[in-house]
Amino acid sequence: MTDGAQAPVHRPASGGRPRIFLVEDHAVFRAGVRAELGDAVEMVGEADEAAAAVELISERLPDVVLLDVHLPGGGGLAVLRGVLPHHPEVQFLALSVSDAPEDVIDVIRAGARGYITKTISGPELLQAVYRVAAGDAVFSPRLAGFVLDAFAQGGAPAPGLDPELDQLSPREREVLRLIARGYTYKEVGRDLGISAKTVESHVSSVLRKLQLSTRHELTRWATDRRLV
Amino acid sequence: MGGKLRSLRRSPDNRVLGGVCGAISRETGIDAMWVRIGFVLLAIASGIMVFVYAMAWLLIPMEGDSGNIYSRAISDRRGIRTIAAILLPLLIAVQFITSSLHVPFIGFLGWPTFLAVGVIVLIWRNAGDSEKAFIDEDVMPLLGTDRHGKGRRWLIARVVLGVLVGAAGIAVLVEGHTTVAALGPLGGAVLVIAAAVVIFGPWWLSLVRDLIAERQARALAEERAQMAAHVHDSVLQTLALIQRSSDDPQQVVQLARAQERELRAWLFEGRPPGAIGEDATMLAEGVGLLQRQVEADHGIAVQVVMVGDCPLDDSLRAVLDAAREATVNAAKWSGADQVSVYAEVETDTVMVYVRDRGRGFDPDDVPDDRQGITQSIEARVARFGGSAVVRSAPGEGAEVQLSMPRRERVR
Repeated sequence: MTDGAQAPVHRPASGGRPRIFLVEDHAVFRAGVRAELGDAVEMVGEADEAAAAVELISERLPDVVLLDVHLPGGGGLAVLRGVLPHHPEVQFLALSVSDAPEDVIDVIRAGARGYITKTISGPELLQAVYRVAAGDAVFSPRLAGFVLDAFAQGGAPAPGLDPELDQLSPREREVLRLIARGYTYKEVGRDLGISAKTVESHVSSVLRKLQLSTRHELTRWATDRRLV
Repeated sequence: MGGKLRSLRRSPDNRVLGGVCGAISRETGIDAMWVRIGFVLLAIASGIMVFVYAMAWLLIPMEGDSGNIYSRAISDRRGIRTIAAILLPLLIAVQFITSSLHVPFIGFLGWPTFLAVGVIVLIWRNAGDSEKAFIDEDVMPLLGTDRHGKGRRWLIARVVLGVLVGAAGIAVLVEGHTTVAALGPLGGAVLVIAAAVVIFGPWWLSLVRDLIAERQARALAEERAQMAAHVHDSVLQTLALIQRSSDDPQQVVQLARAQERELRAWLFEGRPPGAIGEDATMLAEGVGLLQRQVEADHGIAVQVVMVGDCPLDDSLRAVLDAAREATVNAAKWSGADQVSVYAEVETDTVMVYVRDRGRGFDPDDVPDDRQGITQSIEARVARFGGSAVVRSAPGEGAEVQLSMPRRERVR
């Protein structure tokens, strides 16, 4: 996440420019994102509230939707729930003012492939967009820390938990710990002696668990806010 | 005593009727509620108290007003004449009826009450604007002179019904007084109370409702004022600072970041801005404190990730001190614009990692001044049985890994 400034930005393997749709109610911020992404992507549309976003995304089917978490008309969640059931191939990357887990965890659980904070730099944003376009997950150190916290091993696994979904493998734990320490995927790979691609697959598998697990630490965020 | 009497002021906020009890309570220090209860009991025991209350209302000036109502009422000749013309015959009639019915206690209550009514009408005619508004809104509905005019028919029906029931009650009471019917007085009392409920019930209810609404409005206004004060002390001040230092981007970023942290701590963690306690009791608090201090002092972004939390003891404070040292080092030497601090509480150890992506160095070949710092980091945690490892290479940033065994394990 933080290597954008130094490391070269990797284009998706498929080549070509990813098609981007921007959902964001802040006009100034929209203009900023447009300027930062520039010609590296193809902007196929914008929306500033949930209902219009669902309609336009379903019509234009972009590769990646940049989705503001706090959006008028039901928030980013409403967009995810309006689009994903019909068009699961559309990838969502959430935007949030903060990286506090309570702000982003329910968008992730509703299907976003990752999230970035609005203070992200241009190259980092582009890197995140490419990564999500390629089907990978974007984890910030803070989210990695939250997942480690939520999947903490408190002695014996609680009954009723699915070990496949509700527990992290030791390797996934190592990967997350390094990400939480601020390592890039490449650095994680080097530290653990595995390829960056393997790191990405570990992270994607963690994302899947994050989305599907019923651990109460995860569902708590949603029920606290009466979203479920 | 005289001076004390002269300094009595009726408060517009602490009042039920005229604010007399509130004024007495403020001067004597007795709770206003007790003063009111005393007044009501004395008024029931002897009607004179009603008159005393009305006179006090007339004579004690309202807080903020220059003179009392009396000074204005005395020149209200027409009012005095009308009141006298209406009340005196009524008073005489009541005295006559009660004495002929052999219920002198009603007559005894009679004359002070009539005088009090006269005084209160005078007060109403001559009160200041704010008090007039209060009387109009809270007291006049009692008399049925609702300015909106609606509900007047209902009021008349209520009064007629109330008077009938009340008269019946008084009749039974009076009967019970002379003849000896065992249940008579009780039934009469019930009827009188019923009459009071019928006549005054709706007024009383609306008064209670208004009181609740007023209290809620006041609480809301207080909350708003508090929030405004907070926002002023923190956000507005920072915005002003940012405008003043708009030619120094580094400074602007630093201010904005510090403000964001503070606002977040206030909104989501319930900590008042500017009141961040210097001594943390939990590890996460301590790390947050470290983050804010280093960011404020050194203008570098400190990214914190916490996994788990535990109470701080001396050994963990040493780890925090070492981590602060490492973070400040990174801020001073690395040239990076961000430091990552990762702290994880495990079952038997606490790990803290401080990492930057700055220019890095060769740990075997550090200048003397940094050697000392490394020593101080290592020595600090070693004293409590922990360990510190510094990993770095030129061009690759640096990472300090601190680990400390936990004394107090999670159960």
